[in-house]
Amino acid sequence: MKAFSVSKAVTALMLVGLVLLPLYSYLSGNIFIMTLFTRIVILALAAASLNLIMGFGGMMSFGHAAYLGIGGYAVGMLAQEGVGSGFIQFPVAIAASAIYALVIGALSLRTRGVYFIMITLAFAQMAYYVASGLARYGGDDGLTVYKRSDFSGLINLSNRTQFYYLCLTCLFAVIFLIWRIVNSRFGLVVQGLRSNEQRMQAIGFPAKRYQLVCFVISGMMCGLAGALLANNTDFVSPAVMYWTRSGDLMVMVILGGMGTLFGPVMGAVVYLLLEEFLSQITEYWALIMGPLLLLIVLFGRGGIMGLLGRLNRG
Amino acid sequence: MAEPLLRVENLVRRFGGITATDNVSLDVAAGELHAIIGPNGAGKTTLISQLTGHLEPHSGSVSLGGRDITYLPAYRRCALGLARSFQITSLLFDFTAADNVALAAQAHAGHSFRFFANARKEKGLRDTAHAALDRVGLLHRADVVVNRLSHGERRELELAVALASKPKLLLLDEPMAGLGVTESQRMVKLLQELRKEVSIVLVEHDMPAVFALADRISVLVYGRVIASGDPAAIRANDDVKRAYLGDQHVVTHHV
Amino acid sequence: MLLVVEQFLNGLQFGMLLFLLAAGLTLVFGIMDLVNLAHGSLYMMGAYFAATFAAWTGSFLLGALLALGATLVLGIVLEMSALRHLYGRDHLDHVLATFGLILFFNEAVRLIWGPAGLALPLPAWLTVPVPILPGIHYPAYRLAIIVVALLVALLLYLGVMRTRIGMLIRAGASNREMIGALGINIKLLYTLVFGLGAALAGLAGMMQAPILTVQIGMGENILILAFVIIVIGGIGSIRGAFLAAIFVGMIDTLGRAFLPNLLRQVLSGAAASTAAPALSSMLIYLLMAIVLVVRPEGLFPANRR
Repeated sequence: MKAFSVSKAVTALMLVGLVLLPLYSYLSGNIFIMTLFTRIVILALAAASLNLIMGFGGMMSFGHAAYLGIGGYAVGMLAQEGVGSGFIQFPVAIAASAIYALVIGALSLRTRGVYFIMITLAFAQMAYYVASGLARYGGDDGLTVYKRSDFSGLINLSNRTQFYYLCLTCLFAVIFLIWRIVNSRFGLVVQGLRSNEQRMQAIGFPAKRYQLVCFVISGMMCGLAGALLANNTDFVSPAVMYWTRSGDLMVMVILGGMGTLFGPVMGAVVYLLLEEFLSQITEYWALIMGPLLLLIVLFGRGGIMGLLGRLNRG
Repeated sequence: MAEPLLRVENLVRRFGGITATDNVSLDVAAGELHAIIGPNGAGKTTLISQLTGHLEPHSGSVSLGGRDITYLPAYRRCALGLARSFQITSLLFDFTAADNVALAAQAHAGHSFRFFANARKEKGLRDTAHAALDRVGLLHRADVVVNRLSHGERRELELAVALASKPKLLLLDEPMAGLGVTESQRMVKLLQELRKEVSIVLVEHDMPAVFALADRISVLVYGRVIASGDPAAIRANDDVKRAYLGDQHVVTHHV
Repeated sequence: MLLVVEQFLNGLQFGMLLFLLAAGLTLVFGIMDLVNLAHGSLYMMGAYFAATFAAWTGSFLLGALLALGATLVLGIVLEMSALRHLYGRDHLDHVLATFGLILFFNEAVRLIWGPAGLALPLPAWLTVPVPILPGIHYPAYRLAIIVVALLVALLLYLGVMRTRIGMLIRAGASNREMIGALGINIKLLYTLVFGLGAALAGLAGMMQAPILTVQIGMGENILILAFVIIVIGGIGSIRGAFLAAIFVGMIDTLGRAFLPNLLRQVLSGAAASTAAPALSSMLIYLLMAIVLVVRPEGLFPANRR
């Protein structure tokens, strides 16, 4: 717990790497790596938000990509309607995600376990179809965001480095927030519910209320990631909500280590770098990635963080 | 006469064709330790579940301190001063003993929609937790994760958790279940202390313990209360002898 | 009137197809407690096998028969090599591992058959319209789907309720240890059940193939529909899956067919034509939401548990 531990060292190393990345990109002239890592940081943010409900709250949501879409569409649709200010776009993106999470959460939390997985999946798929049906906003083809969110000169999202640091700041802010939440009264209740819901009810906690609030907080965080993602790709389409993207987010969380603060970040970095690496070797990278996931599930208990923890102990 | 703390009136609960709780009425006065005994399958667990709010009765009523709680969910009953222990130990197994108790104190301290301050550093909650742990003799194990506690320690922790919410009435569902002789003796001693502070409904198979502790005993057979009275009266009751104490040797060896 | 009857039958036919898929899924979940996302991949493989074998043999029926066998074998191999190790593990592990399998299958199909889809042409005798009511004709093939699926439903019902192996299946579902103690080879039983589920998914895929094209990812959207059906029908219940599948098939088909017109009566033309596609694709999810509010355990939950 105190002193030195391998997982802490690796985490610190990774964080320093993320902070210094633009410097490396500048020195080496490798611009592509900035593009890649901006995406990684944004998806790490989404994975961290999923980890809040999945790892700490025990709610296995298979529909988290819906928020990426909702946040993204909020930015894209407002931009198309002539509202370019990020001070409006981002709050709307987060608020819209909160409302969606409130409704979906209230419904899904009536059930548990496998049902919960299936229902969150189904509702996200519904969001996907709804977006595909939005003819005014591109339907299936998606919506191009011609102008990135405007923060009145405070920060320029079209500047690669500034945008990267904005994303990184958001990621750190969200992780800080999760850290506080997890150790707060609220966080202890949510984790207690994951551990033993019956007992928590018996000592006087209305379970659903706390889980729902946690579900909404997580959705809002992921909505923020969605707004950033739309700015990053200058584009939003139903595809960001497709269920395989929700699956990707789950994989990142589990690969990194569920219920750990920095696990999802680790998971996002490793998963997306692996995807990048494999797709450079072969066009058919998923042929390797698929069975790899199976092997991780079968043999890799606790994800990377768990592995590092075991290294430490001996 | 003062309103009893807990009043159960004409409670009925059926499962299919079986009436598991058959028109049960009983009351528990403030300060009383009321034991419920009965052979296996007499419907004790069903009755308890209706008192705690895990099961709804088909008819009848339960009131606590004069307030009707028949259909209140478990967490609301807890807020009104009803705490319970579980027959099969039910704790947050990946939390420390202190965390388990502190959460109960936290529930008692109002809503928990506080998102930012570190709850483990809240002195009030920790003090309450430590006091409750001390009360059951577990203070030295406060920072041990429940998974690593012994069975007896877990039973004691169940009590500490129940105490931390400062209940008016404690429902104990077989607190001696699975305990060894020494552990049982400790538990009896502990209950003897606790009963001075809080009213208790005790469901228990351990007859010597029940007769040593109870002010009053209700005997449940096939979902009905066949007798209710002080230990001496129950001991002398012919119905009870016939229905229950006659094969006591079977019952007491059940776990 | 003609359109109504035709859409009604289309809904029934779609529902039957969904039932085949949902039945396998719910059987595997109910008995082995395994969440298999790759069930949709087996559906896809059934379609690809059928298209390939039909082209090789030149016969639709022979191709379908071979494809049925092939998906059965594929299911058995999959169970023995990978999924068997997931029994008793966390559901989250199932989700993740079978998600990996989907990636694998999609890519494997792309590697073997290429990214473009395949077509599975129908033989002439299946394309003729059959008179079903005076003045109303319906394609023979779609009728055939309904008949085949009804037969399968009947066989499943009889198989699970009346036969020795069905009894084993039900016993295995309710009491794993007991059936193991009876000296029955539970591993083999599980493998067979999984193979059966795979074959059902494959059958659904190959029957759908002539109507839609055979393509990568075809099993994924329909798998989610199968989930919706299971949620509505109640997990582990074949009867629930059957009724919910018909329900969902009908609502989805009739909604897509008639909702735009209905909306046009209430809204302006432009608003209706924008809202209709989004709304009709939402219908079944709204239905699911309503079921969740009214009966969170599903409409026809299996008796056990």
